[in-house]
This record gives sequence, C-alpha cells and structure tokens, in this order.
Amino acid sequence: MTSTLQLFLIVSSALFSIGLLAALSRRHAIFILIGIELMLAAANLNFIAFWRFGSQPQPPVGVMVAIFSIAIAAAEATVGLALVIAIYRHYRSTNVDQLNQLKG
Amino acid sequence: MNATAFIVIAIITIAGALAAATLPKLIHAALSLVIVFVGIAAYFFLLGAEFVGLVQVFVYVGAVAVLILFTILLTRRDIVSERGINWGGVIVALAVFGGLLWIILNTTSLAVLAPQFEPLTVKQIGESLMTDYVWPLQCVGLVLTVALIGALILVMEEKIER
Repeated sequence: MTSTLQLFLIVSSALFSIGLLAALSRRHAIFILIGIELMLAAANLNFIAFWRFGSQPQPPVGVMVAIFSIAIAAAEATVGLALVIAIYRHYRSTNVDQLNQLKG
Repeated sequence: MNATAFIVIAIITIAGALAAATLPKLIHAALSLVIVFVGIAAYFFLLGAEFVGLVQVFVYVGAVAVLILFTILLTRRDIVSERGINWGGVIVALAVFGGLLWIILNTTSLAVLAPQFEPLTVKQIGESLMTDYVWPLQCVGLVLTVALIGALILVMEEKIER
C-alpha cells in the first residue's frame, strides 16, 4: 500500500470532525478553543497535502498559504485565550453555559 | 512515501486528538493537543514541507500550547462539571465526518500518487515571501501586532469605579 492523497484527506477530515466534536460538546471555554485549534491544524494538513500531490507550482502556493494560516491561527489563539481570561475575571467562571447575559 | 510512517503517525495523531477532545481534565487535554501538533508536524516532514513542519513545532508546541497551559493555570479555580455526553455534538461531528468520507472516497481524481518533485528549499520560500508575498507578509505582521495589543488590553486589570 502506498499513501495517496485520499489517505491524507481522510486523516485530516477525522481531525476536523474531532475538533468539531470538542467545539460543540464541551462546556469549558478552553476546550472549545482546543477544538478550533484542531480544526485549523486539519486545514493546514489539507493545504500541504494538496500542494504535494498537485502540480508543484512556482512559487509554492500551498506552503505559503499554510505559513500564513499558522500565523493567523497564532493571533486567533492569543486573542481567544485573552478573552477567556477576561471572561473569567468578570464572571468567575469559564463555563460557556453561564454566559447568557445577551439572552433575549 | 513511506506507508508504515503514515499509519504510525495517523494512529498517534488521531488518538491524541480523541484524547484532547474527550478527556475530562483540561491539563491532560492540553498535553494531548501537543501530541496532535507534533503528529501534524511529522506529516509536514513526510510531505516534504520541512520548513512548515518546523514552523508548526515552533509556533504551536512552543507558543500556543504554553499559552493554553498558562490560561488553564490562571483559571484553575473553576472546575466545570461536564454533565454526561452531549449527543448533539457527537451526532453532528459523525455526520460531518461521514459526509466528508463519502465525498473523498467517491472523488476518483483524488486517488493519485505523489509526483516526483524538487525538494523545496528555505531559500525559495524566503524569496517568494520577499517578492510575490510581501504584501500578505506585511498584513500578517500588522494582524499579529494588533492581536498582541488587543490581547494585552483585554487582560489588563479592570479599573475599579468609585
């Protein structure tokens, strides 16, 4: 058996679904961020796999997109975790079920 | 491409991801997330994108994982009780996985082997970053600066009103 593009896509879709599971079913805000990080990592894996199995353009577009995506994900994680700390200071809780102040 | 390496990395990565999504203790989940990031970096090495693999290790394992650990440390007093399994999330995740799997297996153009290719050097990546991608690079720098300042403002102590 040799690895084809399909196998990489299956692994990355499994990672994406597990990330979605974490983001949807956990109540702790940090677990939701962990799920989002998993989904972003799966997307990066897709970028690199399509670049490697594609026609290798010059400049290497897939690698560039993956690098920028990692940088944006780092910014997202920073702001997200800062929000978690700010919410914890304000509500003394990180349970997202209790953050219902905007409920109509 | 090495099939054994692929399978070993797949098992480690998906087991780490399942642990990160389902373990009850936050600190265990954060450390499992590190395993997932290392596994994905190993895939990048396997696919011939060594530079992206190194960036993945530096940024995710070095920075994001430590950031998550510090946030857990700062919000430690609050233990959220997870009441049972949220079946809605499980069903949605399984449906998304099933749909993606069905599409991937039914798209015949995806069953391709990796073509031969020239190894990508860091010099090539640096040259394209400085020529074709110089505007995106500047914008990412701006976004990172704004995110840093925004995060600092968010976590600054709230002023006590008198």
